Amino acid sequence: MLAIVIPVSFAILGLAFLLTLARLVRGPSLPDRLVALDTLNINAIALIVVYGIKLRSTVFFEIALLIAVMGFLATVAFTKYLQRGDIIELN
Amino acid sequence: MQTVIEALVCVLLLLGSAFTLVGAIGLLRLPDFYMRLHGPTKSTTLGVGGIVLASVVYFSTHDNYASLHELLIPAFLFLTAPISAHMLSKAGIQQRVFISSATRGRPPATGACASNEAARAAPHEGEPGRDA
Repeated sequence: MLAIVIPVSFAILGLAFLLTLARLVRGPSLPDRLVALDTLNINAIALIVVYGIKLRSTVFFEIALLIAVMGFLATVAFTKYLQRGDIIELN
Repeated sequence: MQTVIEALVCVLLLLGSAFTLVGAIGLLRLPDFYMRLHGPTKSTTLGVGGIVLASVVYFSTHDNYASLHELLIPAFLFLTAPISAHMLSKAGIQQRVFISSATRGRPPATGACASNEAARAAPHEGEPGRDA
């Protein structure tokens, strides 16, 4: 049963990736593209966890957690740059 | 018993993938930036929660110990998704993105997020220098 469901799950997640990429290309404004990038991050976490189930390996958990942290930091830095024109303001 | 657990893993995987797909469809199809923000911040995060729950059930039954450390991922995502949504909507307000007529509420006329024209048109009473 799992041998059927895992490829189906891969297909659904890949479709979600494609739709998000379409918004990333189309997105009329910069915040739209930022939302699409954030969604790509979260989709990548889901895909990596499913891949870990397929390979029966727990190594992928650390990679998923790293991608989650890095994606959040990237989103925060991008929004800060959009709002202020600078990320680390010294004065 | 093994079949029941495998069925549970399958259902959780499919539910999580479906929620992720719904989030992506919402991101592509909704007409407005503020509506599009709903898709990834709610639906996709819940989808990752379902998929990680499937992984927890799978590895807990295969390795004979509770592999609960994977729950760190949805915990972190549930913490950070509202924060990033808040910052993204603030950036959208400041960039003055297109607002559909179906979207309820408008960006504030005064305060840190107000556009310059709106602040000049309706200056706030208690803040001198805001309309200068």
